[in-house]
Amino acid sequence: MVEALGSTQEGNLIINVGPQHPATHGVLHLVITLNGETIVHVEPHLGYIHRSIEKMCESLTYRQFIYVTSRMDYLSSHINNHACALTVEKGMQIEVPARAQVIRILMDELTRIASHELWWGAMAMDLGAFTPFFHAFRERESINDIMEETCGARLTMNYIVPGGVMQDIHPNFQNRVKAFLKMYKSKIHEYDEMVTGNIIFQNRMKNIGVLSAEDAISYGCTGPTARGSGVSSDIRKIYPYEIYNQLDFDEVLEHGGDSFSRYMVRIREMQESIKIIEQLIDHIPEGDFQAKTKAVLKLPKGEFYTRVETARGELGVYIVSEGGTTPYRIKFRSPGFSNLSVLNHIARGSKLGDLVAMMGTLDLVIPDIDR
Amino acid sequence: MFLKDYINDVYGAVKSLLVGMRRTGYYFTHHKEIITQQYPDNRATLDLPERFKGEVVMPHDANNEHRCTGCTACELACPNGTIKVITKFEVNAEGKKKKAIDKLVYHLELCTMCNLCVVACPSDAIKMAQTFEHSVYDRSEFTKVLNNPGSKIMEGVE
Repeated sequence: MVEALGSTQEGNLIINVGPQHPATHGVLHLVITLNGETIVHVEPHLGYIHRSIEKMCESLTYRQFIYVTSRMDYLSSHINNHACALTVEKGMQIEVPARAQVIRILMDELTRIASHELWWGAMAMDLGAFTPFFHAFRERESINDIMEETCGARLTMNYIVPGGVMQDIHPNFQNRVKAFLKMYKSKIHEYDEMVTGNIIFQNRMKNIGVLSAEDAISYGCTGPTARGSGVSSDIRKIYPYEIYNQLDFDEVLEHGGDSFSRYMVRIREMQESIKIIEQLIDHIPEGDFQAKTKAVLKLPKGEFYTRVETARGELGVYIVSEGGTTPYRIKFRSPGFSNLSVLNHIARGSKLGDLVAMMGTLDLVIPDIDR
Repeated sequence: MFLKDYINDVYGAVKSLLVGMRRTGYYFTHHKEIITQQYPDNRATLDLPERFKGEVVMPHDANNEHRCTGCTACELACPNGTIKVITKFEVNAEGKKKKAIDKLVYHLELCTMCNLCVVACPSDAIKMAQTFEHSVYDRSEFTKVLNNPGSKIMEGVE
């Protein structure tokens, strides 16, 4: 592949970024064809962290396969687990108690904030700013502490199970979340002061990596990447699951299509998540945290598909069941793969230094792309 | 006009830079807001939540008795084959044969701390411990037997 690209045009230089490179946030290998400093072509090479999760799931039962999905998009592992649990519940027609639904949404939104925090810090670090990384981790750390207290883990929780959640929330949960909201609101202005308002940062982001709305649709982009181009794609609004249709929040849309728009979408999305948490935190209904289910789950014969909005976009879980205790086939439609496929399109013609900024705003998580 | 724009740009850049630097300077002078923990030195005060999933253990009481009946529910619930229950038959006082565990083998190197075995256990025989420093010099040390030698099942646990 590398030789073929090199021989197409004389005078072009081929550079390999990755698979071990700090800017790729994982084992992604980019073969970049350069003309001087201008990018002619970007070819992502995948598969370095492929663990065949879809095939693994075929040998695991419907309770067991959920923990593996935490390892796909490890920054929004709660939402991955949620998608799988929803698919199993849809197949078995399990009614989830109201308390579990609210706990699930609270956890999802906390995860979304934590994921966007990490993205913000890592993206600023890609552009050379080192301080924001630690500021982002301060807030993310308090979310991780909340998760650790209730779910027992910081990253791969395996907390959402078919029928509800694994354990009831910790007695401290509500107070801890309220303390976090208070702390977060007193710190939110730092983000604008340090990064968003910085002229150097804005010059590196505005009109860089422009993705039009038509291209976003045709490449299958979802999540903040598509919403930065003005494409309405929030699954929470379009196909509401759980009690999202009863909540008051806005779908964040920016119409620039450039890196700065994608950046602003994520910054504003954190505020919307805060809004959702504030609506629910004082109104967690009493009752069971888990529906009564059989010890062995058996999905009826058929095909089941659900989608949820992760921090990166639309995650679809497709299960083909033959009626047994294990799925016949599982397919995950991951948001990262479609968002990565747009990279060559938006990077062509721009400078090599801007490629890192574009990759940063696409918010790539490589285990999610490879699975 | 070009010169005016240029000067405006420089002014804006310097101003935004100073705004950002002020934030850094604030934390430079306010030590109380620093939340970093000095990990290996703070072992004595490290407080992990009771739900933290470190490794699977089997609690024993003062008489060296556990609650495990050897039903293998944990073995079936485990996605990785981490737990292996080896059972034996004990003859009790009335001369009846009763199933009991010989060894509950736990492979820490395979465990992903998913908590499914603890949830599956019908008699609360196993639980998660708050340990997290698992490094050892030899791989074989990861294979553990959870029940103590000479331990037996608690009275009244079925």
